[in-house]
Amino acid sequence: MSAKDKYNQPDARGYFGDFGGQFIPETLMPAVQELSEAFDKFVGDPEFMEEFDKDLAHYVGRPSPLYHAERWSRMLGGAQVYLKREDLNHTGAHKINHAVGQILLAKRMGKTRIIAETGAGQHGVATATVCARLGLECVVYMGAKDVERQAANVYRMKLLGAKVVPVTSGSQTLKDSINATLRDWVTNVDNTFYLLGTVCGPHPYPKMVRTFQSIIGREARRQILDQTGKLPDALVACVGGGSNAMGLFSEFIDDKGVKIYGVEAGGLGVESGRHAARFSDGRKGVLQGNRTHIMCDDAGQIIESHSVSAGLDYPGVGPEHALLHEIGRAEYPYATDDEALQAFHDLTLYEGIIPALESSHALAYVTKLAPTMNPDQSIIVNLSGRGDKDMHTVAAIDGMTL
Amino acid sequence: MNALKTTVESKRIDVCFARLQSEGRKGLIPYVTAGDPGPEATVPLLHAMVEAGADIIELGIPFSDPVADGPVIELAHQRAVSQGVTLADVLLMVAEFRKKDNVTPIALMGYLNPIEIMGYENFARRAAQAGVDALLAVDIPPEDAKTLLDPLYKEGLETVFLVSPNTVDERIESICSVAGGYIYYVSLKGVTGAGNLDISEVQSRVEHIKSFTSLPVCVGFGIRDGASASAISKTADAVIVGTALVKELATHENDHAAGCAAVAARLAEMRTAMDQ
Ligand SMILES: Cc1ncc(COP(=O)(O)O)c(C=O)c1O
Repeated sequence: MSAKDKYNQPDARGYFGDFGGQFIPETLMPAVQELSEAFDKFVGDPEFMEEFDKDLAHYVGRPSPLYHAERWSRMLGGAQVYLKREDLNHTGAHKINHAVGQILLAKRMGKTRIIAETGAGQHGVATATVCARLGLECVVYMGAKDVERQAANVYRMKLLGAKVVPVTSGSQTLKDSINATLRDWVTNVDNTFYLLGTVCGPHPYPKMVRTFQSIIGREARRQILDQTGKLPDALVACVGGGSNAMGLFSEFIDDKGVKIYGVEAGGLGVESGRHAARFSDGRKGVLQGNRTHIMCDDAGQIIESHSVSAGLDYPGVGPEHALLHEIGRAEYPYATDDEALQAFHDLTLYEGIIPALESSHALAYVTKLAPTMNPDQSIIVNLSGRGDKDMHTVAAIDGMTL
Repeated sequence: MNALKTTVESKRIDVCFARLQSEGRKGLIPYVTAGDPGPEATVPLLHAMVEAGADIIELGIPFSDPVADGPVIELAHQRAVSQGVTLADVLLMVAEFRKKDNVTPIALMGYLNPIEIMGYENFARRAAQAGVDALLAVDIPPEDAKTLLDPLYKEGLETVFLVSPNTVDERIESICSVAGGYIYYVSLKGVTGAGNLDISEVQSRVEHIKSFTSLPVCVGFGIRDGASASAISKTADAVIVGTALVKELATHENDHAAGCAAVAARLAEMRTAMDQ
């Protein structure tokens, strides 16, 4: 393939085709441009990348294994399923990868105060963790409803020395915590770094977070070649904002034989309107710094999303996914709450691995996809996190209180 | 006939600043969110603000996620959104206002998504028909604004842009090259309703911006009373006040007439202080 045919997104101004960009107030523009320049500078700096790789190895615990789930594959009766074990990372999810990268950048930029949004609390915990390690002030904004739903993670963040600020405006969930973090950033731009938790927001975040997460795909590619001698036939990952998915997908986009599936949260079913399936039931719009697929009504007001997993409960999606969807390079099916819960229980029982509810959406789609394929074909599914944080949620659904 | 109408009407902002200059006065620009505290409150409120001394009105388009706004104006958006006030409704309000007032310029201020969903061309046409003079879309940078600006220009609408305390010269230049009507200088780092003003800092920034453009430079964020309005109006072509007014509307949420009177009283106080 010649260089010009290669997938090379975004452009210099952060556009993935028509999606992405920097749709932010002028008050934020200088900060975002400063970040963009710093990222471009350091990502090309071998010393920076060496330090990043070192932290990934010794602090995060990489490479994470690629595990052949033989028993589950047999039960599904089709393709061989390989799990990329991001659940085994320090703090229990892929979020730590981009947190480690961004905090190194913040340090290089001389920022002393770190702010972040969080939904389920996984990104907040990852941020608080890297701040504790470097002794940096950390403020995490979290929707008041999520503070209640995710009490254990709130406590973890506090133990790590972070200040957790409940956000009481709007739907009191992830979307509103992003608004609150942006407002903080506008006010404290000089000393503050916004450590964003997914491939959303204004440029350079979608590109930057993808870059730091792409370690997932690089490892998985090497590991599947080692184990099977060929590339996988399909990739599957859940899509909240889309960071774990981009981390895996980005290394395979030019391999046209590899099918790509991003699984959204179907909530109570797309017909119910209570979901986060932005590609099945959303439209093109502008939200929180970028043009992408969003859930909004005919007047352009953002609609509240719903999912059993807080990490997928967001009405927007990373702009690069919108492009991959538009050009047909990736497909975006959804899994409902019930399907995800079933997959959660299945993997736990058959493989002894308790997955995060977010990742369970990817697994639920695999239960449909694998049986349509042959036993000599393979699927890599990104097991983005472990399910410890979801014990209370699942127990409550099963009628128990812990 | 239609073309003539828009060219005449699109001059309302220019006419306004020319009049102010000839009178030796500075402009007073109140901001309120359309549909706050209720949809039927807005048109009477607009007239009352003109009566109390407003020269131009910035009318907010309600949006579910107003990230550039502080808690006071955010709640105004929530009140309007929760009562179902849409961009289409806002245009109807402006058309209604225009039946009695064909002079006072109205700039719509808002976020891009409702406009994007309506469609840029559709919005531009309907806004011009309703009697809107300008649009300030808070979250569209000038570099990306062309697809929005072209339909607006075609309908004779002006486009107001923000300049902030940390905007570098290169950006001030590119903003001024596409801006129309006036420049909105944000006097504080922060969201609407934040902190305290450094008057001499504002003064030197306004003078600096004026070296890039012949457009009037108006200053907003942090102006709350007669004293701050008067101080800022020494250097700016107009002062913009929002949060202080929206607070009054919130206080009198269930009594629109009282809210309207309180806003008018605030504006009158500023007007008097500025004209002294
Ligand atoms: C384990 C896990 N997976 C996935 C997600 C969704 O985020 P993204 O789509 O950015 O990977 C989250 C977010 O909190 C998460 O905690």
